[in-house]
Amino acid sequence: MTEPLVRVRDLRIGATVYPPNEKPHDIEIVHGVDFDLESGRVLGLIGESGAGKSTIGLATLAFGRGGIKITGGEVWVNGRDILQTSRTDVRSLRGGEVSYVSQSAAASFNPAKKILDQVVEASVRYGKFSRSEAESRAVDLFEQLGLPEPETIGNRYPHQVSGGQLQRCMTALALCPQPQLVIFDEPTTALDVTTQIDVLAAIKKAIHETGVAAVYITHDLAVVAQVSDAIMVLRLGDMVEYGTTQQIINSPKQEYTKALVSVRSIEHPENTPTDEPILRCIDITASYPRTKLDVLTDVNVEIHAGQTLAVVGESGSGKSTLARVITGLLPPRIGRLVFDGQELTPDLASRSREDLRQLQMIYQMADVAMNPRHTVGTIIGRPVEFYFGLKGEEKRQRVIDLLDEIEMGIDFIDRYPAELSGGQKQRVCIARALAAKPKLIICDEVTSALDPLVADGILRLLLDLQRIENVAYLFITHDIATVRAIADSIAVMYQGRVQRYGGKSKVLSPPYDDYTDLLLSSVPEMRLGWLEDVLENRQMESAGN
Amino acid sequence: MFVRIPFAAIIGICFTLSFFLIALFAPLIAPYGYDEVVSNGFWEPATSEFLLGTDGIGRDLLSRMIYGLRTTIWIATLATILSFTTGSVLGFLAAVMGGWIDQALSRFVDLLMSIPSLIFALVILSITPITILILILVMGLLDATRVYRLARAVAVDINVMDYVEAAKLRGENRWWIIFREILPNALSPLVAEMGLRFIFAVLFISTLSFLGLGIQPPQADLGGIVKENAEGLTYGIGAALYPAITIAILAISVNLVADWILSRTTSLKGGRG
Repeated sequence: MTEPLVRVRDLRIGATVYPPNEKPHDIEIVHGVDFDLESGRVLGLIGESGAGKSTIGLATLAFGRGGIKITGGEVWVNGRDILQTSRTDVRSLRGGEVSYVSQSAAASFNPAKKILDQVVEASVRYGKFSRSEAESRAVDLFEQLGLPEPETIGNRYPHQVSGGQLQRCMTALALCPQPQLVIFDEPTTALDVTTQIDVLAAIKKAIHETGVAAVYITHDLAVVAQVSDAIMVLRLGDMVEYGTTQQIINSPKQEYTKALVSVRSIEHPENTPTDEPILRCIDITASYPRTKLDVLTDVNVEIHAGQTLAVVGESGSGKSTLARVITGLLPPRIGRLVFDGQELTPDLASRSREDLRQLQMIYQMADVAMNPRHTVGTIIGRPVEFYFGLKGEEKRQRVIDLLDEIEMGIDFIDRYPAELSGGQKQRVCIARALAAKPKLIICDEVTSALDPLVADGILRLLLDLQRIENVAYLFITHDIATVRAIADSIAVMYQGRVQRYGGKSKVLSPPYDDYTDLLLSSVPEMRLGWLEDVLENRQMESAGN
Repeated sequence: MFVRIPFAAIIGICFTLSFFLIALFAPLIAPYGYDEVVSNGFWEPATSEFLLGTDGIGRDLLSRMIYGLRTTIWIATLATILSFTTGSVLGFLAAVMGGWIDQALSRFVDLLMSIPSLIFALVILSITPITILILILVMGLLDATRVYRLARAVAVDINVMDYVEAAKLRGENRWWIIFREILPNALSPLVAEMGLRFIFAVLFISTLSFLGLGIQPPQADLGGIVKENAEGLTYGIGAALYPAITIAILAISVNLVADWILSRTTSLKGGRG
């Protein structure tokens, strides 16, 4: 057998940590990882945040982000150990032989230079191609990647193309100098599902046609299953399982991998609507102050006590605006809200404390939803004190009960948010909402910032709490899998309008309208060949293209 | 909490602390009264009796400087406290309220800031009686414009955080939002700024006194002592240098402490933490 293009042996990576109240010390964050990669093959690296995926990816460029050191092992690329070569050699390797596609193309492109100039830069600089050769290569790549107007799109500035297009430009940038290896670091994570699918297809096609080797980093197993030949599952810097995509998806061996494969297997039978809805949004049309554009048009939805209405749609569809209207942050231009049989005043300032109590909200980013200078006890205790006037021991007891409900113990009461993990933070936010004993909680993308397994835990907790407290949820999300897991009824939103609305089984069964079909079919499924099937069968192109 | 204090900060803390202690216990430390004429000579060199010599009219220079330090620190501290309370409360209020209140306050502050503060202070002090209270008020309010700018900028950032929105949705009133949600998160940059503003206040009051519009004789303050003894420099007598050097050391040492606080708060927890 010939030497593989990339051979990584016992790769160890360390970092210096600066914990408060302690001396800075070194820790190891990747504990000896091995893999091989041959030309034309794709390796998927998967794991939750902190697993070391990106760190390993960057190590194949002999690079460590700030404070990170490659402490041991070998990384052979093209027959030489790049950890041992000189700085000059490494420089010619980066961007030339090995290139990198980052998660946020918008943050990686220089906004002041035209796309084409940036795409050809590396090729010209390393003397691989002349400027005109590189430009014609770039145009070919633009075409291969399915970008519109491949001849002229390079003359635009990064802000003049959409997010999905820019991500494809970045792929063109990486492929232009004819590298032998490309590192894709979560290239589709920041995109809408409907856009993700096209970028994914473009990347897959480009890898296939150019015959480069690729490392594809993501936290979404269903995505990586579509593009890679082999998958390595990582957890906390250790390799958990390494095998062909076929084997990992269809017959995972390790418990952790099995959990990842079967994530979102929550079953929630649909409840039929009760007589009187807890909240009715009637003919809501809303626009932001000093703008003419209606962000929401004629929205009519109902939420029933103790049930969940899921609002789905891609970014810009008006989901979060609907939440702002209901909470009173943005009074609607037309339309009214009826809460529990009573008319709800449109603006926040005129609502009674009792109305405010009934309606609570949980945010997407738990870290910024909690005051970093307040302890968990204060955060959860404040609504208890504010709405029910409990003080001292009574208040503390209620906080402890709430901590218990969210499956966290009394020892968390004096901790600050910075001392909690992502999932714990979101649990504390849930407890804060519950502390008010509300009838309705608006959950705005509460699981999208979390790792899949942690998100699963949060969803289960929300369902349990719904049973116990009989609270209704308005669940805003772009993730159909989440919707399937927890919703009773669903509203599909598109460009500010409710496109499809009704019980879960009704909305999720055919015949679909074109948009719902696109949205539903764009959600990656945990099976091989899904991507090809979808591209063949769908009826509508996504808007981001 | 204080694991490793950099060397420069330790020096700063030691000096700052001793200056404040001297200021606090001036009557106990000073060998003579501040306006006590203890010698018939003038600008006498240092002796064991008068450690820094005497001034132009035969007062003990060391005693005068100790009392001068007390006055300077006292006025600068009060002015800083005044500027911080008014500046930050108004700044937070402007950020939270927005709209025309923000506009009115901000434009008024712009107006005040467009006039150089020294000139502005000189104009006011030349038409009002010069008392310590007026001095503190003038310095404090002029400095408050700078604090307002900083406080507003910091608070505007914090005001859009989800936790502030959560507090608004809960129905909290404005004062809770300002004092419990915004203030704790704005404290670090404000405290660091406070050190710097304190130094500016010291320099400002010294400048005013040097120009004759600050502390009036026979009361002593560092800038005033420089002025009193400046004439001596022509005859090669260095009495004016001692208070000048004291001002410099005070400014540098407080600066070292402020720098350290600033670096602590920016390196930890990503900035405002």
